[in-house]
Amino acid sequence: MKLKSRICAAPYLVWMVAFIVAPLLMVVYFAFTDGSGHFTWTNLSGLSQYAPVFVRSILLAAIATVICLVLAYPLSFMLSRLRASKQRIMLMLVMLPMWMNFLLRTYAWMTMLEKNGLINRFFGLFGIGPFNMINTQGAVVLGMVYNYLPYMILPLYTIMVKIDDSLIEAAEDLGAGMFYKVTKVLLPLSLPGITTGITMVFVPSISTFIISRMLGGGGNLLIGDLIELQFLGNSYNYNLGSAMSLVLMVVVLLCMSLTNQLDSETKEGGVF
Amino acid sequence: MRKPSALGRVYMVLIFSFMYVPIAVMAFFSFNASKSRSVFTGFTLSWYKNLFRDEMILSALGISLIIALVASVIATVLGTMASIGIHSMHKATRSVIMNISYMPVINPEIITGVSMMLLFVVAKTWMGGKIFGIPTLMIAHITFCVPYVIFNVSPKLRQMDVRMWEAALDLGCTPTQAFFKVVLPEIMPAVLSSFLICLTYSIDDFIISYFTSGTVQTLPIAIYSMTRKKVSPEINALSTIMFVVILSIILLINARDSRKPKAESLRN
Repeated sequence: MKLKSRICAAPYLVWMVAFIVAPLLMVVYFAFTDGSGHFTWTNLSGLSQYAPVFVRSILLAAIATVICLVLAYPLSFMLSRLRASKQRIMLMLVMLPMWMNFLLRTYAWMTMLEKNGLINRFFGLFGIGPFNMINTQGAVVLGMVYNYLPYMILPLYTIMVKIDDSLIEAAEDLGAGMFYKVTKVLLPLSLPGITTGITMVFVPSISTFIISRMLGGGGNLLIGDLIELQFLGNSYNYNLGSAMSLVLMVVVLLCMSLTNQLDSETKEGGVF
Repeated sequence: MRKPSALGRVYMVLIFSFMYVPIAVMAFFSFNASKSRSVFTGFTLSWYKNLFRDEMILSALGISLIIALVASVIATVLGTMASIGIHSMHKATRSVIMNISYMPVINPEIITGVSMMLLFVVAKTWMGGKIFGIPTLMIAHITFCVPYVIFNVSPKLRQMDVRMWEAALDLGCTPTQAFFKVVLPEIMPAVLSSFLICLTYSIDDFIISYFTSGTVQTLPIAIYSMTRKKVSPEINALSTIMFVVILSIILLINARDSRKPKAESLRN
């Protein structure tokens, strides 16, 4: 009987090998070969000239992640302490923009940040500006924060709902001020939510190519843009693009294992 | 429950305005007579009319819907079968399969897209012919949907009491009958919710489709080419429509869900 039901998984296993495993092996193969299929290191070693782009991607994604965490943390706590019926509505308000295509959301900011866009007009009322906001690194970070803030709020909220109010009250009774309540009670208890949130914001931020293209103009390329250029753009070099993808994958895996390490130190389960 | 302080309320309002002002601005300017995106010159519905006459958008919407429906059905069937098969495997085999299935979920989307594109390019040089388009899109969408089905259905299977299945067999069901009469009804909620998840992911996906679509345009790809044209107020109209559609779906689901507990308590 057991054997029979195991066969049910066969179609998926074939699919998995063909369309998950094989494509990833393809990336590795292309990364280590040249155009004619010979083994080479040049794709990977040639990446050093793109080091500034890699550094910029990691930096901007890290800044966006930190801003998301700082903005989302108090909000998630407040949400988790609302009445149940209100929590439902607020949670829906958090998720609603997520369901809208992110191209449209980014486009919204594109029009608002323009030289004669709404924000500069608003400043103009007070006689300041116009500021140069679009096509800057700040605009790219703003786009990341705007698009991925819900990904930070949701895991934080999920973990905060589970934190018992009496623990915070106990800390209060024992004389803890705001600072100790947050650092000694709230932060350690919500750490799994923090780590999940960090990966959920950092991974899409570091690999984006749309946000940087729409809000960063041509001058603020990220890793994602470079990869896209190799595959569908003018540069057109699958081997180099694969090498970049490989490095991006390693960066993402490193980030994840780092946050996992943080998690396991508190010996808490994940959020999902 | 503690009530948020005045400062806390202000903070909440600020964050939610940050999230909603851009959407509101777009909706507002979708009724703007001129193409300007900062000065309101008069009310018009012409952008909406243009949108519904736009062949490119309409055909892209059609393609998106077809791909989403077909890919979700296939992914749900494939994923449910896989969950059942994986369920009766050894722990070690199971965790290997689960970890591989995680790859499309944790990998940046661009890598999933690029890796599949490479596979299709290689396949094309071997087999020749035109494969980029609907077939590649379909394969890509099924691939990134199936893991979500497995991760939704597997926990439900683990919760299920094996004795129910055994009882059905003892009472003379064939394994197939037992599956359709006992197992399937039990896991149906998870199967349905994974189908819905697949639908939304498939309709919304841009990055993976972008690398695997060839010249075929899905709705997000059409939106992308619209944003490249810089000034196209139809986008505002499209965003507004999408927002209203999503909002009504969510409100409907919520209304249904909030009625359900009442109905259940009546029954008890």
